[in-house]
Amino acid sequence: MTGLLRRRDLLMRVAGAAAAAALPVPAVAQGAGGQIVVIGGGFAGATCARTLKRLDPRLAVTLVEANRGFTACPFSNEVVAGLRDLREQEFDYDKIRGEGVALSFAAATAVDPQGRAVTLADGTRLLYDRLVLAPGIDFRWEALPGYDEAAAQKMPHAWKAGAQTLLLRHQLEAMADGGVVVITAPANPYRCPPGPYERASLIAHYLKTKKPKSKLIVLDAKDAFSKQKLFQNGWAALYPGLLEWVPLSAGGKVNSVDPGAMTLATDFATQKADVANVIPPQKAGQIAELAGVADRTGWCPIDPLSFASTLQPNIHVIGDAAIAGAMPKSAFAANAQAKFCAAAVAILLSGGSPLPPKLINTCYSLVAPDYGISVAGVYHPVDGQLVDVARAGGTSPLDAPAATRALEAGLADAWFRTITGEVFG
Amino acid sequence: MIVRPILLAIAFAALVPAAEAASPAPPPGAVSCSGCHPASKAVATPVPRLIGRNPAEIEAAMQAFRSHQRPASVMDRIATGFSDDEIKAIAAWYAAQKD
Repeated sequence: MTGLLRRRDLLMRVAGAAAAAALPVPAVAQGAGGQIVVIGGGFAGATCARTLKRLDPRLAVTLVEANRGFTACPFSNEVVAGLRDLREQEFDYDKIRGEGVALSFAAATAVDPQGRAVTLADGTRLLYDRLVLAPGIDFRWEALPGYDEAAAQKMPHAWKAGAQTLLLRHQLEAMADGGVVVITAPANPYRCPPGPYERASLIAHYLKTKKPKSKLIVLDAKDAFSKQKLFQNGWAALYPGLLEWVPLSAGGKVNSVDPGAMTLATDFATQKADVANVIPPQKAGQIAELAGVADRTGWCPIDPLSFASTLQPNIHVIGDAAIAGAMPKSAFAANAQAKFCAAAVAILLSGGSPLPPKLINTCYSLVAPDYGISVAGVYHPVDGQLVDVARAGGTSPLDAPAATRALEAGLADAWFRTITGEVFG
Repeated sequence: MIVRPILLAIAFAALVPAAEAASPAPPPGAVSCSGCHPASKAVATPVPRLIGRNPAEIEAAMQAFRSHQRPASVMDRIATGFSDDEIKAIAAWYAAQKD
């Protein structure tokens, strides 16, 4: 308790000093347990803010999020393929606010790790004892010549769900039968490793059922990908002659795009597309760089014992933005990291030391609406890195009957209801 | 009978370090489960809830998944990553959780 009181006194002194210097002072409730700011209201940040408040109601928890609603990426490939309504992906923060988390709907524009303060776009300054950054991803626009925000209106990325998801869907709907659809998949690491291949599968399903003379080409900057054999077996069975995957070694890496001409250039060829879905190279959300927690890779190194940044004090990074070793950038992983991080932050604030974590990831993909496949993993820290627990984890069996695929498609659906219920419901 | 849960609630709120005997902190691995096993009764899913469940049942299920004695989708792949002691601790923690 004395530690908490000292911190609180210090915080009051900082606030007092700020007031004396006529700086803006946040109107944040002074919780006895400390002040925590969480930036980013996705699967990681929203989970963390809510869990912190549940763990210790005395904590003053503020969730900073630029948008008033959240549009979930998992299952957005079904929206692209016309199998699902975007509204099923949309959530709000009312229940989280109802549990006592303060919501600040503004972009965070600066972080001062020494002063332990976050500045928002409207000028508000939020002081913190601990800051949790969950900014998700941003695109490395400069990494793909010809591709920028304007180009994304012609060649959608649809890698942040919402208007981009609908744009890609509408382009597919408007395309004539016999058209060529191109998906570009980036090099690792990026959000949702199996995502481009699930998307390819479901677009292939759409074409097969609605526009069977069309063709889908995946231009890939890699030679291997998540659940590869399962996907390729499914493609051979369901979409022969329709879906072509071009790996890095066969010239799959796209070096530049021309949205005016609707072409994509590789080392060997220029591919013309009727619909082009460009999934660009990625990095941690921009606030991570501004806070000084991203390294030269563009992602954020963390200590897996608490998800604390290894670059700045009193800041934790969770979700897609973090370098979480063997853990993939998935919604399940983000949610699991967030719950662990919330407990770790609460324990650290009360003067304790969190136990080393064990973390799980489970990720389902759809090869067709009734054909689900999965990968699971268990992770623990070894020498400062999250690594796979030996002999655990793995994918669905390669030779499973249709009933198993249908069961996993149903479990995928159930997972989405469960996790979105836990985070937003 | 009334004092005891209140003391536990206070201990939970304070989140004493896990090394202490009466620690309410979730044991390693436990918080990941609710990604699929719903905390809420309102979610429609075939995946069972763990909160308040008999710890012997959770432990037996995990042991059966780990030894591939029980049909599974992902649980055999997950259970393999946990030791006997870890399974016991997770089962006890979920059994102690209240709605």
